Amino acid sequence: MTRGENKKKKFHINNVSLLITIVLFVAMFIFGSIRYDHFFSISTFLNLFNDNAYLMIAGIGETFVLITGGIDISISSTVAFTGVFMAHCLEKGMPAFVVICLALLIGITVGAVQGSLIHYFKLQPFIVTLAGQFLMRGLCVVISEASIPINDSFFKGMALGRIPISFGEAKPLNGKIYYYVLIVMVVLLVSIFVLKKLAFGRAIYAVGGNEQSAALMGLNVARTKIGVYIISSFCAALAGIVFSFYTLAGYGLQNMGMELDAISSAVIGGTLLTGGVGSVFGTMVGAMIQGIIQTIVTYENLNTWWTKVTIAGLLCLFIVIQRVIAVRADAMKGKATAE
Amino acid sequence: MSNQEKLLTMTGISKSFGKAVKALDNVQFELNAGEIHALLGENGAGKSTLIKVLTGVEERDKGEITLDGKTIHPRSTDEAQKVGISTVYQEVNLCPNLSVAENIYIGRAPKTKFGGMDWKKMNADASKLLSGFGLNLNVQANLDNYSVAIQQMIAIARASDIKAKVLILDEPTSSLSQAEVNKLFEVMKKLKAEGMGIIFVTHFLDQVYEVTDRITVLRNGAYVGTYNTSDLPRMELVSKMIGKDYAALNKSVLDSKAEKKGSDKGEPFVKLDNVSHQGTINNIDMDIHKGEVLGLSGLLGSGRSETARVIFGLDSVSEGELKIKGEKVNFKHPIDAIRKDIAFCPEDRKTDGIIGDLSIRDNIVLALQTKKGLFKKISKKEAQILADKYIEQLEIKTPNADQLIKNLSGGNQQKVILARWLATNPELLMLDEPTRGIDVGTKAEIQKIVIDLASEGMAVLFISSELDEEIRCCQKIIVLRDMQQAGEVSDEEISQSAVMEIMAGGDNA
Repeated sequence: MTRGENKKKKFHINNVSLLITIVLFVAMFIFGSIRYDHFFSISTFLNLFNDNAYLMIAGIGETFVLITGGIDISISSTVAFTGVFMAHCLEKGMPAFVVICLALLIGITVGAVQGSLIHYFKLQPFIVTLAGQFLMRGLCVVISEASIPINDSFFKGMALGRIPISFGEAKPLNGKIYYYVLIVMVVLLVSIFVLKKLAFGRAIYAVGGNEQSAALMGLNVARTKIGVYIISSFCAALAGIVFSFYTLAGYGLQNMGMELDAISSAVIGGTLLTGGVGSVFGTMVGAMIQGIIQTIVTYENLNTWWTKVTIAGLLCLFIVIQRVIAVRADAMKGKATAE
Repeated sequence: MSNQEKLLTMTGISKSFGKAVKALDNVQFELNAGEIHALLGENGAGKSTLIKVLTGVEERDKGEITLDGKTIHPRSTDEAQKVGISTVYQEVNLCPNLSVAENIYIGRAPKTKFGGMDWKKMNADASKLLSGFGLNLNVQANLDNYSVAIQQMIAIARASDIKAKVLILDEPTSSLSQAEVNKLFEVMKKLKAEGMGIIFVTHFLDQVYEVTDRITVLRNGAYVGTYNTSDLPRMELVSKMIGKDYAALNKSVLDSKAEKKGSDKGEPFVKLDNVSHQGTINNIDMDIHKGEVLGLSGLLGSGRSETARVIFGLDSVSEGELKIKGEKVNFKHPIDAIRKDIAFCPEDRKTDGIIGDLSIRDNIVLALQTKKGLFKKISKKEAQILADKYIEQLEIKTPNADQLIKNLSGGNQQKVILARWLATNPELLMLDEPTRGIDVGTKAEIQKIVIDLASEGMAVLFISSELDEEIRCCQKIIVLRDMQQAGEVSDEEISQSAVMEIMAGGDNA
């Protein structure tokens, strides 16, 4: 009896934030569907993935870091740098496969260096990744000041290749996803598996909950902390690749401030910046909410900066909601007893 | 090894922090299989450091550790665990955001065929393990849903389940109730019978005599001796721990108390008239006179600390009247109470009291500075004089006032907190569990300070869950039960049984 109640309460506390996010998403979708013609369609929904794939991937990577209680603000530059780097290499005639591998390798290296600095020298993640951000943004311009177009056939194939998805004859029931959306799905599923099922994933939550305790319980804190920064940078590099598919160009000034979009996706999706709580699924929904706001703003024919204004309002709302939930949860802490 | 039974030996262990502080000096320790061995000593004696060296948290400067005849040199908790040394710390070192089951099994969770964690098996195992401890919990709930006591039991369950040869319990009982302590002892005896060696660090001498086989005493970082528990009388043990004659110290406490029998029974300094605070206390009626040590007793959650919180303005008075020197007050913030010369040392000195990264001096002047207001800065010179005065008066063990407070032992930290409030020259001093987790010697010292302060005319509200201590210090004890005043005893009537009877609620429960 009591056990059942306990379970219910736990569900309540852990997921209420994510639940609100999902409800909000549905509400916005309905709002758009009523207000605008042609809004209600499979294609509108799928385009959220098509247009935000890179943000989702980067956001999922960022979520790993946030769960440990850290932060990684270098990801936007990593996205830009890998983009410019790949465009440059492809221009020089290197094969696509090699270029992609190199880009991912860069991501891993950047993450490993940043993570090691943060862990071994006990530096603030904010400052270390800020330095990383400046460094890579600067390196973009070292490679090329101008935008470099990508003409590689594989990249072009990925940019245009899509899978039609149809639920019937009517136009709203038809849509398509680009191949690279599949990468998002793979990243999402692997991330969920890692976080839920692998010892490494659980250690991430443990470190976020209480780093000292995690160390005293014999968990490898160094590996965990450096690991999440590697994952974050790796995902950023992957996002850079997807972004190149999306734009077919590499440009050093693209995606300025995208790290904040990624972080806000995570927060809207229920991740606590204090660490210990968060889910990658939530981050994806958070990115979709940002996408749908963008879509509505476009339909409304407003300046695109209204997207930012709306997201700012949403972020405030969510931070307050999280605080309220935390206070309520605090009140319940220590109250459960043995049966 | 010559002796088959010997499980762990530590010889010649030395460890210094910096040049000045020698935490351990040529200390030895040995543990047999199937033995519960108490490691005792005052705060600062080096117990924690010895444990830290053994568990790889700190690296030793010198000395040798052998486990099962093999020399070991653990450099991390993880390594120590791998060779079979498992530890439960005083503060619960688990992750509040993970489930109970995860906290037990994290790092060594059962796996499914696909390499992922087997949550089902893990939850089932956790339930089974905990039921062996008499705990029937929802293992899928987050850890922080449970009380500290239960969390501590979970930590012990975790440590005992790891295939450990040596289990270290570092003051595991300070947050446990008597029933839970008994349960823990059952488990300890069971583990002992299975051949595990248990190192038990505690401040409760009753528990030492109840459960341990041998005792090793440390003092000031040096080895004093190892004794069979049954051969060592309690008085002698305490004397070995504090290095002076405990009987004399104890007598001085009692003498002080006897000396200051009468207190002026004029107008009470604080008068609580039917005071309630929604949800924590109901209709509390009490007076605190100057020159009196008033004890507040009751079980955890009975409203002891909550009463002090209301007097200190942390919680508002929702019904009834609070009068200071006959004048009705309505404190909105603690600063209002501080300005009325009230001081409050809260229960949890770690989170509510000390500011670890400040020096002793800065910690001491903190409350006085608050009282004076932010713009009347206390000069460094004044602060130094104050700090030196209290370091001497309260016998705070530190090389100087510049020492960071986090480097002090618990008892000395508590003294600094006490000094902080004494510096404000309070008329009412409220102490919530001032001696928790402090060794007997320092305990007696603090008790004596409290009594002396009262004889100098201060009003003292003394909250403690150790009845023994209240009885020694207080002239009157008010017993709370279920957030209400259940009764009071004073002067000659004060006795353990009288208080406990009221606590338990003999007549109308």
